Amino acid sequence: MNHLVIMPIVIPLLTGAFLLVMYGYNIGRQRSLSIGSTVLLVALAVWAVMQAGVSDYTLYRLGNWQPPFGIVLVLDRLSAIMLLLTALLSLFCVLYASRGADRAGSHFHALLQFQLMGINGAFLTGDLFNLFVFFEVLLIASYALLLHGGGRARSRAGLHYVIINLAGSALFLLALGILYGLTGTLNMADLARVIASAPEADLPLLKAAALLLMVVFGIKGALLPLLFWLPRAYSAASAPVAALFAIMTKVGFYAMVRVFLVVFGLNAGAPANDTVIAWLWPMALITLALGGIGVLGAASLRTLTAYMVIVSVGILLATVSLNDSYALAASLYYLLHSTCMTAAFFLLADLIGRYRENGYDRFSVISPLAHRWVLGSLFLMAAVSMASLPPFSGFISKAWILQSSSGLLGYLWLWGAILVSGLFIIAALSRAGSGWFWRPGERTIEQTPPLDRARTATVGLMVAISLALALFAQPVMNYLEAAADLIYHPAGYVDAVLGDYVRQSLEVTE
Amino acid sequence: MELVIAITLGVLTSTGVYLMLRARTFSVVLGLTLLSHGVNLFLFSMGRLVTESPAVIGLSDTYTDPLPQALVLTAIVISFSMTAFVVVLALKAAVELRSDHVDGEDPNEDRQ
Repeated sequence: MNHLVIMPIVIPLLTGAFLLVMYGYNIGRQRSLSIGSTVLLVALAVWAVMQAGVSDYTLYRLGNWQPPFGIVLVLDRLSAIMLLLTALLSLFCVLYASRGADRAGSHFHALLQFQLMGINGAFLTGDLFNLFVFFEVLLIASYALLLHGGGRARSRAGLHYVIINLAGSALFLLALGILYGLTGTLNMADLARVIASAPEADLPLLKAAALLLMVVFGIKGALLPLLFWLPRAYSAASAPVAALFAIMTKVGFYAMVRVFLVVFGLNAGAPANDTVIAWLWPMALITLALGGIGVLGAASLRTLTAYMVIVSVGILLATVSLNDSYALAASLYYLLHSTCMTAAFFLLADLIGRYRENGYDRFSVISPLAHRWVLGSLFLMAAVSMASLPPFSGFISKAWILQSSSGLLGYLWLWGAILVSGLFIIAALSRAGSGWFWRPGERTIEQTPPLDRARTATVGLMVAISLALALFAQPVMNYLEAAADLIYHPAGYVDAVLGDYVRQSLEVTE
Repeated sequence: MELVIAITLGVLTSTGVYLMLRARTFSVVLGLTLLSHGVNLFLFSMGRLVTESPAVIGLSDTYTDPLPQALVLTAIVISFSMTAFVVVLALKAAVELRSDHVDGEDPNEDRQ
C-alpha cells in the first residue's frame, strides 16, 4: 500500500493544526509554513497524476480494513487532475494572500489548510459518508474564510451561505440514510454493485435518493434554483479567498460525476441516472443563460467574475448531461481552464482595484488608474482567454465542447447557450476594459504608488497557465480522454475496489 | 414503534422547515436545529427498528445494525458544531447589520 495517496489529506491537516496551536507565530513563519505545505501538495499532485497515468486505480485502505468494510481512498485520473488543479490554485492564492491580505483577520493560513484538506479528501474518498464528512470539513473552513477580514457585506453574505449549506447537509444525510436503508452499504463501489442489481420495487426510493443528492451537489455547484447565494458570497469574500472558492463549485461538479456516472451508472440502463439527467439538462441550460445575463448586468468586476463562475457551472453540467464519454473529457478540459481563469479574475479585480484612486472595482466610477500599461495588458490577456478567443485555452476548450457535443441529442440548445453567453462575456469584459483603461479620468494624486510585482506576477502566472494548457493541449486532452473513459467504465472501478472481496466470498460459498 | 418514530420525524421535519422559512435569524437557527434532529433520527432508524437486541452478532437471536449508530454519532457532532457556529454568526450579523432579518435589512421597514 502506497502511503503517498493519503498525504494530500494529512499534510494540510498537520500544517493547519500546527498553525492553529502556534497562533502566536509571527506572520512570516506562518506564511512560509503555509507556502511550504502547498508546494509539497503541488509535488504530490504531480506524482498523483503520473501514478494515475501508470495504473488506472490506486487504492489506499485506511487502517488496512478490507473494502467494503473500511473506508477506502481511490486515486484515479479524474481525482489526480482535480488534486493538481487544487494544489496549483491554492499555491497562487497563498502567494497572493501573503502580500498582506492574510493579515486582515486571524488564522487565515490555518483555515486555508483545513479547506485544502477537505477538498483533497472529497476528491480522493471512495466512501459516500466519508464524502459527506469531507464536505463538512471544507464547508466549515470556507464559512470562516468567507468572513475573513470582517465587515457588513461579508456577515450578510456569510449568513446566507452558511444557512443554505446547513440545509444542504441535512438533505445529504437524508439521501445517505435512504441509500443505506436500501443497500446496507455506503462504499461507492459496493453501492454501485448493489444498485445495479436492485429489485424493481426499490427504484422509486433510489430515484428519490439520487435526486436528493443532485440537490445537495447542486447547492455546492450552484445549479439554477440553488445559486442565488453565490454572487453575493463570492463578491464579498476577500480576493484570495474568492479565488480559492473558484474550485468549490467544481467540487460539486466532481461529486455529481463521481456519484451519478460511477455509483448509479453501473447498470446498463441506469434508470436512476436518466431521472437525474432529465432534470439536470434543462436546469444547467437555464443556469448558463442566467449566468450570461448576470455577466451583462454586473456592477463590479468581482460580481462579473462570480457570474462567470455560474456560466462555467452551466456549461460543465450541461455538457455532462449529454452523457457521453468524449463530451465529459471536453468538459474536464473546460473545468481546468475555467477554474484557473475565474480565479485569476478574482485576483485581477483586487489588483486593479488597488491602483484605481477610487471606486475599487466598480464600473460606474470613472477613476484614474496607475500602471495602466502593465495592468491593461494583463487584463487584455486574461479577458481574451476568458472570452474564449485564440490563442488561449478558453478557445480550445469551447471548440472541443462544441465539437464533441455535435450530433448528440439536443446539442443545438447547448451550442446556442454557449455561444450567446460567450458573446455576453465578450461584451461585458470589453465594456469594463475600455472604461477602465481608455477613459481613466483626471489624476488627482501626484504620486503613483509602486507596482506590487509579486501580486502582478502571481496573476500573470495564472494567465500563463491558461496559455500553457493551450500549448500542451494534445497530451492534456489525451489524459482527460483516458480519465473520462475510466469514469464511463464503472465496472473497472468496482472490480479494482471490491475484486478481492468478491473473489474471497465466492470461495467461501463454494 | 414505527408509527411513533414516523410521526416524530414528520413533526420535527415540518416544524423545522416551517421555522427555516421565517424571516428572522433566530427562528431560522431553531428550524435548522429541529431539521437536523429529524435527519439524525431518520438516519438512526435506517438501521431498522428492533428492540432488546445488542449491536453484537451472536449474543441473541437478532442483532442491531451498529453502523447507523456510528453514522448518527458523526452527524450529531457535526450538526451540533455547525449550530454553534451559525448561532455566533447570526449574533455577529445582528450586531453588525443592526437587524436580525435574514437579509440584513427589513424590507418592510419603510412602510411601518
